[in-house]
Amino acid sequence: MNTGKNSETINLGHGSGGAMMQELIAQELLPALPGQSPQALEDAATISIAADRLAFTTDSFTVQPLVFPGGDIGTLAVHGTINDLAMRGATPRFLSLGLIIEEGLALALLRQIIKSIGAAAREADVNIVTGDTKVVGHGSADGIFINTAGIGECGAHVPSVTAAQPGDKALVSGTLGDHGIAVMVAREALEISADLRSDTAALHTLVAAMLEASGEAVHTLRDLTRGGLAAALNEIAASSGVGVLAEATAIPMRPEVGSACEILGLSPYAVANEGKLLAMVDAAAADEVLQAMQSHPLGRDACVIGEVISESPGMVQLQTPIGTRRVLELPAGELLPRIC
Amino acid sequence: MGGTRGGFLVSVIARCQELAQLIAEADPPPLTIMEVCGTHSHEIARYGLAQLLPDQVRLISGPGCPVCVTADADLDAIVQIAQQGAIIATFGDMVRVPGPRGSLADARAAGADVRVLYSPMQSLEVARQNPDREVVLLGIGFETTAPSIAVTISDAAGEDLKSFSVHCAHKLIPPAMAALVVDPECRIDAFLCPGHVSTIIGTQAYDFLAEDYGIACAVAGFGPSDIMEAIYAIVGQIKGATSYVHNAYTRAVQVLGNTVAQAQMAAVFEVADAEWRGLGTIPASGLRIGDEYTVFDARNRYELEPPIERDPGPCICGDVLQGKALPTDCPAFGSACTPQSPIGPCMVSSEGSCAAVFKYQRQQG
Repeated sequence: MNTGKNSETINLGHGSGGAMMQELIAQELLPALPGQSPQALEDAATISIAADRLAFTTDSFTVQPLVFPGGDIGTLAVHGTINDLAMRGATPRFLSLGLIIEEGLALALLRQIIKSIGAAAREADVNIVTGDTKVVGHGSADGIFINTAGIGECGAHVPSVTAAQPGDKALVSGTLGDHGIAVMVAREALEISADLRSDTAALHTLVAAMLEASGEAVHTLRDLTRGGLAAALNEIAASSGVGVLAEATAIPMRPEVGSACEILGLSPYAVANEGKLLAMVDAAAADEVLQAMQSHPLGRDACVIGEVISESPGMVQLQTPIGTRRVLELPAGELLPRIC
Repeated sequence: MGGTRGGFLVSVIARCQELAQLIAEADPPPLTIMEVCGTHSHEIARYGLAQLLPDQVRLISGPGCPVCVTADADLDAIVQIAQQGAIIATFGDMVRVPGPRGSLADARAAGADVRVLYSPMQSLEVARQNPDREVVLLGIGFETTAPSIAVTISDAAGEDLKSFSVHCAHKLIPPAMAALVVDPECRIDAFLCPGHVSTIIGTQAYDFLAEDYGIACAVAGFGPSDIMEAIYAIVGQIKGATSYVHNAYTRAVQVLGNTVAQAQMAAVFEVADAEWRGLGTIPASGLRIGDEYTVFDARNRYELEPPIERDPGPCICGDVLQGKALPTDCPAFGSACTPQSPIGPCMVSSEGSCAAVFKYQRQQG
């Protein structure tokens, strides 16, 4: 019987529930991941937690290419869920890991992705306590899809997208658009000779430093993933019933990212990030929070980019470099480069 | 800040403000300037340039967004070709344009193979990698994109890439400008002439508009101060009761244009009548693939159903493209028709005038 044991690609047998799957899990997955214990093969993990308030989130990850400058789908899957927990001020503790693998994926690539998952989780001090692996036929998935769910322990203060208040300062933790542009350039094999790297990072220690500096002054936190700054500002404006005025000249961006956006006809404000956050902070504490961010390795380029206003609730306005104002819209959909 | 603010030279910002002051001081009579190029529409909206101009200087958008002027018959043909199994290779902004049989995005969701390109040459690579599939490149765009499509076709001929073809719907800008000014309803006093197109065709291409029709013209670059310089030049012509083609983009545009690119176009294409959305058929305003390259003409390769006629409903894209109506005049604007669910193409493309107004100026609308 050909079990495919020696093949260097994933095949449907690896998702069969039988010996091949057990071998894949035992040899490739468990050794690479933190938090494994004899209960790893139980139907459900049991966890002990002290906090009386938990944060719980889930996110699914698809990206092409699977590996890109600065990270891969595995790093994204860990960082993304950690960041969603961190945006509620929670300390991430436990993750689940669901893999949907397309038949034909190279085993070496799977190993690399799993290694990244393990490294990212270890670095962030979270345990992967439960998981699932499925294999689907060729053409039914884009290499690999990953789902992670996460549980974190809330602190005394829980920031909320509904809590921004007029007068708050809007702070971002660093340069925008790095991830989206790095992935697009890698995906389309564009010949842009610049060192473009994804900014993928776990933001929970940055958030901890911010909350320690200010306590309850951090009203709102949002990680700037798909839809970028434009989506996050619009979501906050809508959810909090406030207006936002941002200043174009204050928004930090690497020149090569700005240039790539110009060439591709994309709005840099709508491009995704995977290691940046936006905070709406009480003006009285904004300086302290900014200093705390700038003292953290992931917030060195943090700055104030605008403020929350009471006028035009639900709307985000951008002050242009030449002093005029325009609306910064919620991005419509797929980012598509234009013809000219 | 070392001479820059938010990536802008301080000198550019200062020049914009200085030009705004000069235009205001010139105190021009009521004046309607049409920016012909979609990228200009986009940049004008993106920088809120209208806010720097006196009330009597009105900027309107013209037919210079290639996606927006693509006729239903072409949209219908493209989607049918996709549905028949060919790989469609296209620039990104065509993907979401709703045609009579839906958009390419709809076709893709139903299984069609649609590839978004950054350069037409990539379509040849797609063809090489898929020798058993037909690959159809969409030739959409003005004089700016036509030369690169022409070179792609001649390269395909050189390689004898039989599976490759082009659905050619290229259009030429000056004949459309002429069609607008001869329209009795036209209220255009001046043209802000396109930048990219002018690098190819040169300033000479607009001379007839100034000389025969008395329309003030200025060729503009794409920075905010470039556009303001051109508007100031137009105001000067209006004040002096004269009309000529001013070149405010001398760093890229010459009188004769890019003669190499013109020759590349002439080698592959022939001038033909073309159908424009909203403007109808304009004589000698488009390009078709010439006899020498006819085997690469997708129009000769596919048996297509006749185009579906459709009721434009409340959409007034046609009037918007001719400068007869503002996007905000449309009953569907911002309600039934938004960038998320566009009815007309002017709302789809990032260069479309409706999308530009919706995205950047909603509160003024």
